[in-house]
Amino acid sequence: MAIRSFLILFILFFFSSLNPILSLYEDQVGLVDWHQQYLGKVKQAVFHTHKTGRKRVVVSTEENVVALLDLRQGEIFWRHVLGSNDVIDGIDIALGKYVITLSSGGSILRAWNLPDGQMVWESSLRGPKHSKSLLLVPTNLKIEKDNIVIIFSNGRLNAVSCIDGEVLWEKDFEGESLEVQQVIQPPGSNLIYVVGFASSSLFEMYQINALNGELLKHESAAFSGGFLGEVSPVFSETVVALDSTGLILLTVSFQNGISFQQTPISNLVKDSFGPAKIIPSSVTGIFAIKMNAVTIVIRVTDENKLEVVEKTNHETSISDALPVSEGQQAFALVQRAGPEIHLRVKLAHNWDDNLLKESVKMDQHRGLVHKIYINNYIRTDKSYGFRALIVMEDHSLLLLQQGEIVWSREDGLASIIDVTTSELPVERDGVSVAKVEHNLFEWLKGHMLKLKGTLMLASPQDIAAIQSMRLKNSEKSKMTRDHNGFRKLLIVLTRAGKLFALHTGDGHIVWSYLLQSLQKSKVCQHPIGLNLYKWQVPHHHAMDENPSVLVIGKCGPSSDAPGALSFVDTYTGKELSSLSLVHSVAQVIPLPYTDSTEQRLHLLIDADKHAHLYPKTPEAISIFERELSNIYWYSVEDDNGIIKGHALRGKCTGEVADEVCFDTRELWSIVFPSESEKIIATVTRKLNEVVHTQAKVIADQEVMYKYISRNLLFVATVALKGSGEIGSVTPEESWLVAYLIDTVTGRILHRVTHHGSQGPVHAVFSENWVVYHYFNLKAHRYEMSVIEIYDQSRADNKDVWKLVLGKHNLTSPISLYSRPDVITKSQSYFFTHSVKTIAVTSTTKGITSKQLLIGTIGDQVLALDKRFLDPRRTVNPTQAEKEEGIIPLTDSLPIIPQSYVTHALRVEGLRGIITVPAKLESTTLVFAHGVDLFFTQLAPSRTYDSLTDDFNYALLLITIVALVAAISLTWTLSERKELQENWR
Amino acid sequence: MAAVTPLLLLLLLSSAPSFSSGSRNAYNINGRVKIPQGLGLGTKGYALPGRMSNVKVLLNGGQNITFLRPDGYFSFHNIPAGTHLIEVSAIGYFFSPVRVDVSARNPGKVQAALTENRKGLSELVLEPLREEQYYEIREPFSIMSLLKSPMGLMVGFMLAVAFLMPKLVENMDPEEMRRAQEEMRSQGVPSLSSLLPGGARN
Repeated sequence: MAIRSFLILFILFFFSSLNPILSLYEDQVGLVDWHQQYLGKVKQAVFHTHKTGRKRVVVSTEENVVALLDLRQGEIFWRHVLGSNDVIDGIDIALGKYVITLSSGGSILRAWNLPDGQMVWESSLRGPKHSKSLLLVPTNLKIEKDNIVIIFSNGRLNAVSCIDGEVLWEKDFEGESLEVQQVIQPPGSNLIYVVGFASSSLFEMYQINALNGELLKHESAAFSGGFLGEVSPVFSETVVALDSTGLILLTVSFQNGISFQQTPISNLVKDSFGPAKIIPSSVTGIFAIKMNAVTIVIRVTDENKLEVVEKTNHETSISDALPVSEGQQAFALVQRAGPEIHLRVKLAHNWDDNLLKESVKMDQHRGLVHKIYINNYIRTDKSYGFRALIVMEDHSLLLLQQGEIVWSREDGLASIIDVTTSELPVERDGVSVAKVEHNLFEWLKGHMLKLKGTLMLASPQDIAAIQSMRLKNSEKSKMTRDHNGFRKLLIVLTRAGKLFALHTGDGHIVWSYLLQSLQKSKVCQHPIGLNLYKWQVPHHHAMDENPSVLVIGKCGPSSDAPGALSFVDTYTGKELSSLSLVHSVAQVIPLPYTDSTEQRLHLLIDADKHAHLYPKTPEAISIFERELSNIYWYSVEDDNGIIKGHALRGKCTGEVADEVCFDTRELWSIVFPSESEKIIATVTRKLNEVVHTQAKVIADQEVMYKYISRNLLFVATVALKGSGEIGSVTPEESWLVAYLIDTVTGRILHRVTHHGSQGPVHAVFSENWVVYHYFNLKAHRYEMSVIEIYDQSRADNKDVWKLVLGKHNLTSPISLYSRPDVITKSQSYFFTHSVKTIAVTSTTKGITSKQLLIGTIGDQVLALDKRFLDPRRTVNPTQAEKEEGIIPLTDSLPIIPQSYVTHALRVEGLRGIITVPAKLESTTLVFAHGVDLFFTQLAPSRTYDSLTDDFNYALLLITIVALVAAISLTWTLSERKELQENWR
Repeated sequence: MAAVTPLLLLLLLSSAPSFSSGSRNAYNINGRVKIPQGLGLGTKGYALPGRMSNVKVLLNGGQNITFLRPDGYFSFHNIPAGTHLIEVSAIGYFFSPVRVDVSARNPGKVQAALTENRKGLSELVLEPLREEQYYEIREPFSIMSLLKSPMGLMVGFMLAVAFLMPKLVENMDPEEMRRAQEEMRSQGVPSLSSLLPGGARN
């Protein structure tokens, strides 16, 4: 009895000592979480190596990132992620201390302080019309001691002061059809040449005084053949262009009047390969053209004669010109040949000699070289050395120096398209006992240190030792499956078409694979990666197979572009097979059936509404045909405002007779009135979500039955006027309608209108509830609403007698065709921040309570308990409701800083949050990706099923020892007392 | 902290017109973010990200993003007339979103209000409502916390039993006491295992 009461006391105190909110101590950072920073594919790089000491490089990327990198290790000094529609047009360094960026189609010019990344000034540039954006930072051009930046954007030439961003002068180029191609500033002069085409056959040249924007000369000349594409400046007064057929090269000189010199490409190279394309380069006297896969490097002699210096089938990249001593220019060419890349550095006027020729071994899975930037340094023997920064096909960034890769950055990980997970292999050899005993002393020592830490007796060295001991925990990055299911592989597909496997323990890359099916080829010019699916998850009878994933891509952005499939083994990281499809891929449905080797059946719906089954095996077809009548799906046509339900009809008829092709039929359709409602969001439940119980016991012992169906769809529509941005409509003109639709029957189960609200809507659907975030125009605040849906038909089953007598309807078949008797409950709350994405935690058995993971506009991830979004919240909950855990109603949702799962970090450019259940019921794994990656483990109801890392075993030992000592002490005391009693 | 100090000096600067009209119904919104020095000093434990360079200002949920100049000023260019929402993202601080009305009829008119507490702003100066502490602070070691822990309770309970029980026993009837003792003897000497919860059940 004493023991029982003692236990109760123990449990009571144990739980009362728990903190109700989930939170982290600062010294726990990095124990289970990791954060990686990336940049994206570099599109421009400018070196800053003039000063002795720090060597740095400024880069701008396709993810709209501007960053300063350390050239020694490739680390980020600072980084800014601009807005998603603030695309960077150009970067440069001015005055040796400012980084100048031109962005947003040439309308925003910013200067950043080079050492610390603080923005110094910002100016807005406008112009009469849309045009190319060009940024020029002349080195020796000054207006009243003020260095200037020349910008051509939106049809206007601006000179901007470097010091404060003030526009010193501006000049419009409003010619009706004038398309400015190049702005050339001959070094050492005060002139600016603006060259371009007008009405497709006129070459225009403007000469402008750089000091005041005065137009000095304007000349134009017609060329009957017309022009095509870009021009490449070869000398300060000469450019090269192509005629409209792409077969004749034009050398245009405009020093004294405009003169054209035509050179048919067929004169230069014997065999023509079709129309050419100019690859602009800034190297004096050198340019390149590309015809199909052939690259031709051409030199322009002083008499404007063209000379082919190199013709190659290899993809070639040419760097910009790098001024070296005595007015000479150096440039680099790089090519890929088999397992190596060949780098050559030459002087502009001397093609025949190489300043540098190196071959560097390069991983096959980095693909071709896309870009190269070079920089020089002076060696100890006073000769020039060169370092090259190269951007590869997989978007990685590498620094080459002296024939070696100094560092590399996997910047492809900044643009993740899809994520899935895979288990690690099972550990074959168990840990031997001897090993444990060997470590016993270490183990004890570690715990003694920890104890010292908790008792605040540890010295700073001890604290450092504890911290390093916790971080160095080798267990977490082991390559085998663990008991708790914390160690997994995150398989990510990037925009470059590369597949990476990241270890959840510390985020290191286990393997990477550049998918050939997603690379540019003759048949497929613009491949796009779409999705990742788990293809084979071996367990039970197919234990020896390795798990694999299915990668789905398509050729080009159009809806009827043919698809491409690829199957990749997740243990080895090798492609098992790949398929080029004849049909397109509009929709992919992973079916809940697997064949005897645990391959999951997938149904691919093409643009013509035919269904194709994969894998194409007879076994899969026989499984599928059995379930033919049970397969339903829906499709959303946002543009037309139609949602349709589909089912299968039978084998394909007609010309595409294929074993695995099936015809479909339309079951129902919901047409939204196009003038008043526009679909902006559709959300369903996650396919693999587990629900523990259908019943929900509420206060006063009542039971409510959750309406749990996999076929529920949440749809949000807004008024056509309200589909724009915030601030563009008045509350009266805008409304938002939320629907719950059954996707098998097309029945609308619930509909609610929020007047005066607008999108964007972010929603998450789980179990029997949906939470959505939208903007309330009346209050001018964001709102979050919850809808919970309950099954009323089972509500009368709570009578015990009915259960006993068998009069309940629990065993009656559930069919979606019988009219569901449902009720919904909903409530709305204010939420402070804009939201980028919402996810919900998921656990193995679905017992643990749920948390919403809200990706805020500040690129943080906030964990919010689902209890805050309970429609049964009231202002004054009764005692029974309080016991049930109902929180008193407040008008806005609380933001508790400690519940940011990203703590003091930002996941810059946040795009998605993925949750994966661990094997341990209490724990869920969270992966957030954007430009940065972040991973952590969460326990929404605390780790009630295991001891935390913090658990102090030493204290437990000491307690036991103390208890045993106390027992023996009292034992001897009582013995002695008894003896005395007996003597008396 | 050094980056924040000059801001205080600028506190008395007169407000420039917050909105200046541009061409073709496009306006500029100018404002500033001010992080007072008083905040941030009281906390220790995590490095205060006092760097102004990491602060972002967002218009209408990320439609436009801008950064702060060294003096805390920011501006949005080419904004159409209407009611807009400005948010400030700064690690370590909580800012209320601000509702800003850009009026087409009388440009230059300031109308801004914090949406969290509906407080109107006479000029567009954004200050954090509070500081955000992302980490729990470790409680300093105290005897009480040790005693409150399950282990402490266990030891405490044990001690209570060991020293208070004999006192209770003393008040017992001697005859009953003897009977109890005899009963105990007949059971044999209690071993350590029988005292443990697992053994007690045997």
